[in-house]
Amino acid sequence: MLFDRPATTNPIDQMKVVGQHITRIDGPKKVTGTATYAYEWNHANLNVAYGYPVGAGIAKGRISSMDIQAARNAPGVLAVVTAETAGKLSKGKMNAAKLLGGPEISHYHQAIAVVVAETFEQARAAASLIKVDYVRAPGSYDLEAAKDTAKKPEGSEGEDADTSAGNFDKAFAEAAVKFDQTYTTPDQSHAMMEPHSSLAMWDGDEVTVWTSNQMIAWNKSEMAITLGIDPEKVHIMSPFVGGGFGSKLFLRSDAVLAALGAKAAGRPVKLALPRPFVMNNTTHRPATIQRIRIGTTQEGKITAIAHESWNGNLPGGSLETAVAQTRLLYAGENRMTSMRLAALDLPEGNAMRAPGEAPGLMALEIAMDELAEQLNLDPVELRIINDTQVDPEKPERKFSHRQLVECLRRGAETFGWDKRNAETGRVKDGRWMVGMGVAAAFRNNMNMKSGARVRLDSEGVVTVETDMTDIGTGSYTIIAQTAAEMMGVTIDKVAVELGDSRFPASSGSGGQWGGNSSTAGVYAACVALRDAISQKVGFNSADVTFADGQIRSGNRSIALAEAAGKDGVVAEDTIEYGDLAEEMQQSTFGAHFVEVGVDMYTAEIRVRRMLSVCAAGRILNPITARSQVIGAMTMGVGGAFMEELAVDKRRGFFVNHDLAGYEVPVHADIPHQDVIFLDETDPTTSPMKAKGVGELGLCGVAAALSNAVHNATGVRIRDYPVTLDKLLRDMPQVG
Amino acid sequence: MKQFTYERAASPAEAASKAANNQNAKFIAGGTNLLDLMKLEIESPTHLIDVNGLDLDKIEQSENGGVRIGALVRNTDLASDERIRRDYGVLSRALLAGASGQLRNKATTAGNLLQRTRCPYFYDTAQPCNKRKPGSGCSAIGGVTRQLGVIGVSDACIATHPGDMAIAMRALDATVETVKPDGATRAIPIADFHKLPGDTPEIETTLERGEVITAVTLPAPVGGKHVYRKVRDRASYAFALVSVAAIIQPDGTGRVAVGGVAPKPWRVEEAEADLPQGSKAVMAKVFAGAKPTEENSFKVTLAERTLAGILEETKG
Ligand SMILES: Cc1cc2nc3c(=O)[nH]c(=O)nc-3n(C[C@H](O)[C@H](O)[C@H](O)COP(=O)(O)OP(=O)(O)OC[C@H]3O[C@@H](n4cnc5c(N)ncnc54)[C@H](O)[C@@H]3O)c2cc1C
Ligand code: SF4
Repeated sequence: MLFDRPATTNPIDQMKVVGQHITRIDGPKKVTGTATYAYEWNHANLNVAYGYPVGAGIAKGRISSMDIQAARNAPGVLAVVTAETAGKLSKGKMNAAKLLGGPEISHYHQAIAVVVAETFEQARAAASLIKVDYVRAPGSYDLEAAKDTAKKPEGSEGEDADTSAGNFDKAFAEAAVKFDQTYTTPDQSHAMMEPHSSLAMWDGDEVTVWTSNQMIAWNKSEMAITLGIDPEKVHIMSPFVGGGFGSKLFLRSDAVLAALGAKAAGRPVKLALPRPFVMNNTTHRPATIQRIRIGTTQEGKITAIAHESWNGNLPGGSLETAVAQTRLLYAGENRMTSMRLAALDLPEGNAMRAPGEAPGLMALEIAMDELAEQLNLDPVELRIINDTQVDPEKPERKFSHRQLVECLRRGAETFGWDKRNAETGRVKDGRWMVGMGVAAAFRNNMNMKSGARVRLDSEGVVTVETDMTDIGTGSYTIIAQTAAEMMGVTIDKVAVELGDSRFPASSGSGGQWGGNSSTAGVYAACVALRDAISQKVGFNSADVTFADGQIRSGNRSIALAEAAGKDGVVAEDTIEYGDLAEEMQQSTFGAHFVEVGVDMYTAEIRVRRMLSVCAAGRILNPITARSQVIGAMTMGVGGAFMEELAVDKRRGFFVNHDLAGYEVPVHADIPHQDVIFLDETDPTTSPMKAKGVGELGLCGVAAALSNAVHNATGVRIRDYPVTLDKLLRDMPQVG
Repeated sequence: MKQFTYERAASPAEAASKAANNQNAKFIAGGTNLLDLMKLEIESPTHLIDVNGLDLDKIEQSENGGVRIGALVRNTDLASDERIRRDYGVLSRALLAGASGQLRNKATTAGNLLQRTRCPYFYDTAQPCNKRKPGSGCSAIGGVTRQLGVIGVSDACIATHPGDMAIAMRALDATVETVKPDGATRAIPIADFHKLPGDTPEIETTLERGEVITAVTLPAPVGGKHVYRKVRDRASYAFALVSVAAIIQPDGTGRVAVGGVAPKPWRVEEAEADLPQGSKAVMAKVFAGAKPTEENSFKVTLAERTLAGILEETKG
């Protein structure tokens, strides 16, 4: 199905199942431990062996010698695989560094060997017996020091690195009010609950991998490239994923090491990355340095805006697109954005939830707060004054639906923003200094081609098969809702099978495109199934309805179970997109309102209240959508106040590589959270009229929190995370 | 984790003599620290002597009006004991500020005293660390040091004692009771129990090989207001950046011990005389000779402000 014109009325608009508060259909499996995650696959007859990885102990250089003899001879060991013994391996198109390194080392904890043994403990003990000598090479690990060497990337990424409209320099020079500040955001780890894990099993020259991955089709082709085999010989299974946040978009070392280990041992092998590997072996969100300049009229209308960003990465790694939102969020005739990439020898930086948007808005939305203060304007009003309904770089392009102002107004009213004291450091509650903050949330909607197969059986059950993944987002449920709505059945008559590469290729989960795209794919397949059923029973498909488990035409109706017959009916289709997204800017919007307390003595920061108002197309399921937003708000608390991969700039690695050192919020950090979704349907995005919502909730939260800290204390921190040691330098005197 | 053998000891003296006969033996109590370290091969004992069966899990009145806490009393039980809550509130609060409910249910009094540092380089066996591998160097110095020590540190090691319980015990003038392999017992004032690193950061306490902790005793209650203030980046489940255990009397005198700043619970008794002058005066003496790094110098200011908050809260 080609989607190239705005949707008209369709069965989804009935909203009998779609849009309803339906709890996760996979929930019972998850709470009873019967949702099988990658590392948990185990049948008695599988005869699984265990793999344990060895990571490079240096950041850059060469292995001069590696002694694996002691490991090989250790109890229970079945195989030891290194780059030398693995046979020819290629690098996947989406990996910056090799997943099995050596002799060349390109980053700390790059995998250099896998040990396979009868038990996990034996594999781990043997892995520690591998002796490696290195020749270190000097590396570059300090973004700030490398900033001046940063370049425009080559190819299409470089072409998109700079944009401009009007004449920024002139307009900024002439602006009545000028603002110019620099911000930094640190490297961050996805730190999802389930580390990367895989179980690989060979059958002749075919390999099946149960893994934890967000993008099945990518994983399949990258695995084929890496191992040098035909993609048709690779089967990927990832029905349940214990969190990904972007770290599982790509093929990673767990899957490759499991496959290599299984081949060498002649047994199925399972392998989970130890927690420190999540930080240094896989990807992370790269740190940025960002400079923002804004010129306005006395009244606060933006006349000039510039956003520049620098990040580092391994050769072959990409930009963190931190300026992307500034291109679209606020009006202003004269503008420029620019991104530069420095070569660093830290582990690969890559997509983490709201890549680009999250760090970009961490900076831009503090800048707007500072600017409001400078202009003596309410920060909500400043944002409203500078709203735009068109792409400010290309004013002929309109937003398909933009309710930023409505989000801000509704949020301000609900939160009690009028009680905020614009003067900083004024509100006290016992030993707490209390402040409020606001920020805009903004992320684009993306659509991805997505396929599904739908089957109606003689029991009247509709089964959906697609390689879509559910990374905790609720895909199972919204897909079931879509199929139920389309086929006129209740949700208990729908079965959903996901995450199997033998199913039609879907959008996968990433970039907040999964919800809208994958359900649109199911919509397309259901349209095909409706046609097939109509044809089978001899009804004219133009005037049939599907409701109450029946197909109807005029005064004739047949139960679906009967219509299916004993062979059932199957249909498959893929949603593909035309140019609507180029013609109109499809984006999601929101506003975050937060209140924090800062201990006047210790400068400890604790969140008191959070509200997020979102306008993000049709909300397919308010429960799962809300979970996405509150989860993202929680992640934003981490980003604002604690998350930072601490770089050892001499040795080139992230030092706090476990969950004790890399702190994320715990329950005690998260107070009352509210989410409001504004009514919205956007017919330009898909037949579902929905948009993404999984990343929107993270965009801007950290800035709102940081702004609240400033409101509470009068101290402005421009280097994330906002921690008490930074605040203490300027906190009011006590004692 | 290396292979190891395991046995249960029948008495403290037996445990001590068994440990003395095997250089690679370790006691295991709750296991919440030791097992983690073994999995990471930071510690690799080849023999474990389980002390959990020893009859050391009581909290009793002692002759001098204080209490005697058995070495195996779990952190949860100690924190919730009525006498401890009433007469030694600082200890109860310190315990509850530590770890999580699950861990406190397992963790023992002796094990808590002996918990090892949380220096991140200590946990990465690819990095040099004098404490983990004597003589290999200290990779923390010059590196990431925000969590590490500011006083009592040496050129060989700047790691801290990360615990909470011991800080309160230091303020309470606790004593550690032990049995040696030859059956002799001794009582070690907590002030002397943990050692400063000097050139030998691998030696963390005065315990001799095989010596078993049997109890911790607290002197008779001293009254006053008991506060334990633990400062951290998140609200729960994190080690202290700085913690302050304070007992403040109605007349403004009192005791102060500081955690998160030194290789041992840090208390400077002479500084306490300045309590009526306020936190600045006290902390100037507590931190005299401090050697913070650029990243952790905030700890000195933080300790001072934390105490200021306590003094305000306990006033009158
Ligand atoms: C995730 C996590 C978070 C934590 N957070 C905190 C925190 O916030 N604050 C805090 O204070 N602590 C914290 N801890 C540490 C915790 O308090 C210790 O792990 C615990 O107290 C150790 O007690 P245990 O009985 O389990 O000791 P074990 O692990 O069994 O033993 C520790 C050491 O003591 C020795 N030992 C045990 N008993 C005796 C004895 N009777 N005589 C001689 N030697 C003995 C062992 O040989 C070993 O060397 C945390 C731990 C974890 C895992
Ligand atoms: S500070 Fe101490 S524990 Fe940390 S690396 Fe240095 S020697 Fe090891």
